[in-house]
Amino acid sequence: MLWLQILIDGFAISSLYALGAIGFTLIFGVSGVLNLAHGGVMVVAALTGWALASHFGLGTWLGTLVGVLAGLVSAYVTWLLVVRPIQRSRAIPSEEKEIFVLTGTLLWGIMIQEGLAYLFSDNPVTMRPLISGVALIGGVRTPINEIMIAVLCWIVIGLLWLFVNRTRAGKALLAASMNPRGLTLLGFELSRVYFIAWTIYGVLAGVAGVLLASFLGVSTNNVGQLTASAFSIVVLGGLGSVSGSLMAAYVVGYLETLTAYLIAPTVRPLPALLLLVLVVYVRPQGFLGRR
Amino acid sequence: MKNLFRSRMLWVALAVAAVAATLPWWLSAYVLGILTLAYYFGVFSMAWDLLFGFAGEVNFGPTFLIGLGAYTAAIIDANWGWSIPLCVIAGGLVALVGGLLLALPALRLRGPYFGLVTLVAVLLLQNSIVIFAGVTGGEIGMMVPDVMSVSAESNYWIALAFLVICAVLLFGLSRSALGLILQASGQDPTGAQALGFNVTRHKLVAFCVSAVFSGVAGAMLVFYQGTASVGTVIDIGVGVQIIIAAVLGGRRTILGAALGAIVLIVASEFLRPLGQLNTFVVAAVALAVILFFPDGLLGNLLKAKEQT
Repeated sequence: MLWLQILIDGFAISSLYALGAIGFTLIFGVSGVLNLAHGGVMVVAALTGWALASHFGLGTWLGTLVGVLAGLVSAYVTWLLVVRPIQRSRAIPSEEKEIFVLTGTLLWGIMIQEGLAYLFSDNPVTMRPLISGVALIGGVRTPINEIMIAVLCWIVIGLLWLFVNRTRAGKALLAASMNPRGLTLLGFELSRVYFIAWTIYGVLAGVAGVLLASFLGVSTNNVGQLTASAFSIVVLGGLGSVSGSLMAAYVVGYLETLTAYLIAPTVRPLPALLLLVLVVYVRPQGFLGRR
Repeated sequence: MKNLFRSRMLWVALAVAAVAATLPWWLSAYVLGILTLAYYFGVFSMAWDLLFGFAGEVNFGPTFLIGLGAYTAAIIDANWGWSIPLCVIAGGLVALVGGLLLALPALRLRGPYFGLVTLVAVLLLQNSIVIFAGVTGGEIGMMVPDVMSVSAESNYWIALAFLVICAVLLFGLSRSALGLILQASGQDPTGAQALGFNVTRHKLVAFCVSAVFSGVAGAMLVFYQGTASVGTVIDIGVGVQIIIAAVLGGRRTILGAALGAIVLIVASEFLRPLGQLNTFVVAAVALAVILFFPDGLLGNLLKAKEQT
């Protein structure tokens, strides 16, 4: 019975991790940016969604939608206000641009965290479940909300796959992650590709944030941890590889769930971190990494 | 060595330090305390700048090294009662070992991987300390039975002397042959390798130097404050402050990092009335500096002098 519960809980949290990690790795793959404000974007979506759902009484579904929109907006702001100006800056030598983008997004993430803490305080909040009620799966009582979250995550992942593999814009995105210069030679505007990439990122992070609020609850203290989880997963899976991130998300999600259930909830993040250290020592490009 | 003493910047800095040494005679103990903390932060930032400004490696977890030094010293003192200097040396040594363990695999990685590994190291240390709370005091931190001094003036002078010594050593290093090779390795590794320099070995040396200074400074901070806790020596927020200080002061100048740290801590103190928005404003200003003045305070000052 415990195993079934671990299986189900692990699946739900892994799906959520996967959603966050895929966005993170997508932005890295396409525009070479490690967005250290990732946790901030997710928490903005989560807290906005919560505020609108409970405080302003818009109800859970509408709140969720607006939350996702808020995530999208903060993704755009991150791109236009922080990432792009640094990338285009003439005062920074090009070898150091990456470092400055990293530091810039880190600072932006802190600004988001402190700004949100000022507006909302750092108490954890939970969204009301999208669908309330409990289902019995093989004898294990599972909230329907949890199942819905896993399903939603996979719908979004499926839509993303369809987009990248079946539409022209999506294929341009894939091409940009492999060879941006080649893409421009074919006549594609890179700035439009980046716009699409950041849009997708905003939606992914927004949905992940809002669903996280609904599943586990979120507070501004989670910002750093969320960014850390996302890039741990992404490094494990291989920077730039979406399927790698998917795999790694499940590995990490299940590792954490197993640890929480079988050892103790307090040591929950440890095995994943140790695995990360091991991977970095032995196979730094992760499971399916390219570089 | 000659290069070192020819440097005008160093003499200016020493003059400023001499003036700073007179401050305890007309500043309150509270202000002295802030400056003392700022001086230790200055050493953290200078050690970081050696790695970043010169070796070109972004260490997102300087607090890994600082925390190792701090907690080693604290645990040894609390459990075995060694004298303070021995504990500090032990802290520096453990930080060195930790730095080696971290750098050896990390330096094989290119680009963002190195930064990520350093960040992960901090998380690991943080989690380990929380988990082994019996020995380390967990998130609350631990008290240390010995303190360097209870007088604010003595602590101030110790911190100032420490800062000056570290500054001279690190600045001298940056102006030495090793420093030049590091600069070359950081800015153009291929060119440096083509000239026959073992880039990885030099970066490793830089990392070790940074580790030793960070560890010793961390240990000294513990014996100043009398406590060691995650929030003061390990938290990622502390690491970010160190990075901001170094970038604010001007990367690749060493002395700029110390300046940046002092400015940052003093400014944070002035912003204290803002309450929670304190960190927000500091981060916002740092972001603005990165966007508009990436060379930092000292960097811009030096550039201005070059152009006249």
